[in-house]
Amino acid sequence: MAESDNIVVETAEKIFADLADPQTINNDKKGAWQAPLWQALSEAGLPLSWVPDELGGSGASLADGFALLNAAGRFAVAVPLAETMLAGWLLAQAKIASPEGEMTVLPASPRDRITLDADGSLSGRARGVPFAKAAKHFAVLAHGKDGVAIALVVGAKARIESGLNVGYDHSDTVTLDKVQPVTLKPAPKGFDQTTLMLMGGVARSLQIAGALESMLDISVRYSNERVAFEKKISKFQAVQHNLARLAGESAAALAAATSAADAIANAKTFNDEVYLEAASAKIRCAEAAEKGGAIAHQVHGAIGFTIEHILHRYSLRALAWRDDFGSESHWAVELGKLVANRGADELWPLVASR
Amino acid sequence: MTAALRFDPIRLPEKCEQLRKEVRAFLAEEIAAGTFDPHKPNREDTDAPEFSRRVGAKGWLGMTWPKKYGGQERSFLERYVVTEEMRVANAPTRRFFVADRQSGPVLLKYAPEHIKMEILPRICRGEVCFAIGMSEPNSGSDLFAAKTRATKTDGGYLINGTKIWTSSAHIADYMIAIFRTSPPTKENRRHGLTQFLVKMKQPGIKVNPIGQITGQYEFNEVVFTDHFIPDDHVLGEVDGAWKQATSELAYERSGPERFLETYYVLTELVRAVGPNPDTRSAEGIGRLVAQLHTMRRMSVSVAGMLEAGKEPVVEASIVKDIGTVWEQQLPHRVRDLAAFVEETASNRETLERQLDFAIKTAPKLTIQGGTTEVLRGIIARGLGLR
Repeated sequence: MAESDNIVVETAEKIFADLADPQTINNDKKGAWQAPLWQALSEAGLPLSWVPDELGGSGASLADGFALLNAAGRFAVAVPLAETMLAGWLLAQAKIASPEGEMTVLPASPRDRITLDADGSLSGRARGVPFAKAAKHFAVLAHGKDGVAIALVVGAKARIESGLNVGYDHSDTVTLDKVQPVTLKPAPKGFDQTTLMLMGGVARSLQIAGALESMLDISVRYSNERVAFEKKISKFQAVQHNLARLAGESAAALAAATSAADAIANAKTFNDEVYLEAASAKIRCAEAAEKGGAIAHQVHGAIGFTIEHILHRYSLRALAWRDDFGSESHWAVELGKLVANRGADELWPLVASR
Repeated sequence: MTAALRFDPIRLPEKCEQLRKEVRAFLAEEIAAGTFDPHKPNREDTDAPEFSRRVGAKGWLGMTWPKKYGGQERSFLERYVVTEEMRVANAPTRRFFVADRQSGPVLLKYAPEHIKMEILPRICRGEVCFAIGMSEPNSGSDLFAAKTRATKTDGGYLINGTKIWTSSAHIADYMIAIFRTSPPTKENRRHGLTQFLVKMKQPGIKVNPIGQITGQYEFNEVVFTDHFIPDDHVLGEVDGAWKQATSELAYERSGPERFLETYYVLTELVRAVGPNPDTRSAEGIGRLVAQLHTMRRMSVSVAGMLEAGKEPVVEASIVKDIGTVWEQQLPHRVRDLAAFVEETASNRETLERQLDFAIKTAPKLTIQGGTTEVLRGIIARGLGLR
């Protein structure tokens, strides 16, 4: 496992262990765990990890923030931590200070678009926006006639149709109708919606990889406890081979996600190489969420299908995260086009460049 | 957490990229000179001894080994670059590949000094070909069931029995093999096998070619009849071969050859669909490239662990499991995606010829060098299930 060797992750893991224990949360039908968890995360400065000190954040490195997201995935954390981090990061690109409280980003899909009108107002519809209902502010990427802009918008000014994703987390449709932002600034040169989607996709990839690590962990543990046909089910070769495949999927997801995170953390621009890394991470992690999650459920049998068991907290969330910031189908088409456009003899040099 | 699997994002250092340029330039020259055709993957039929010597002259064989044995004392990551560039170019590496990857390191670790001095520099010069004598007619995956006997005699051993599925035995100068020197014990069924260096093309060794479903004859049956091996050709501990096998496996199982064996069909598919693919082709190619990139990053990560002196046996097994299943499926996925390629695509014939060969090659990929079942058993042990 990507054991923490940095203070940000250590802090987060301690908070998760104390206040986001999956079994405790799963038993708490009223959601009383949410406020104390968010408060502790906020007091530790974690939601604004990627916001520099001068813009109101805690100024952690990209690498530390990515490691934090991986840890959040291992605990299947269901508060808008990743979303607020991404929102703070997006605002910081335009040197906009982050407010306190929960945030999320618009749009959250490469297919949606927010437009910036001549009067400085924002309009458009964004679907599948994670935790929009809980967000006090939105960080918005908008297209105007002079290019791409980044804006801070008060959540109450948007119309929100609330919905739930496959993992029972809020995934809402947000409509902006001539909304005046709190702050609006041009995006830096070269920064566009694809950049935001790739960054969001890598965040989700790390969360999926973390969830798979935990699915592997609890599946191995369960197989060593559960007895059937008078022996532990871990002693059956069919079960062993399934778990070996789950380990492979978990490993592939972790490798793809941490590699992409490392690529972004060290990138000067989002060039073809970073695109390959980030798109591949989302594609491969999404595939692993499907294949790996199915094995974790198979190993658990009926108990893993119950709402009382914690497995679904990881398995369904990993599946839901596939949809955010471009599905694997979206990125596969885009990556395929990029590869075809570069030409057959440029494929290997691209792969080997990483 | 029970499973401490790590795949840190290791990057190849800058010096590797200079080396990569040199390897590409060398291969381009060889292709231009007609040594091999990069579009023809059936290189296993090609024995290229002169090419092997030229690779040796470049300093790219045994490149991680000590200089006194002819090596370059370069890193595993540099060797990785040479290996992957050769593989992707479909270069005829068969004569030196096993010696460089596996046999040399075994000799380095277990052979007496005078044998190291005699043989290792020749491997580095690309002069000698090695085979691996593991499988027997009644022991494949179950290595420790091997029965071929090494009976102690004056000054050495007499070998009797049969090795099988031995790649390159028909051209090999040496084989590193395991033979039975004692029966297994009740406590340890792995006891009693010893690793030997065998000089091929000697009395008492008969090599019989075996045809493969690809139409090639690249593996063999090797029959030993009272073949004499001198004492100084014992590698490591008598009866203790089982202690020596594990660290090699990480090298054998995690390299780029474990997912690039059929890579050429992907390149050719990209060529066939052209610069503006339809959605179906684009998605198919995008997924395959994402999977390929991920495996390569895992494989490089394992190479980095080896470089750091670790023995990532479980991680290496995961790379080979995922990698070989992928390269086995690749020609079939490419065939799916090529179904609607224009009749007029300029490389259509090349692609079809390659698919024909890759589809025939595919079944062996999850068998050779440790079957999928064996690998998953190793991974399961690593997870604490056995």
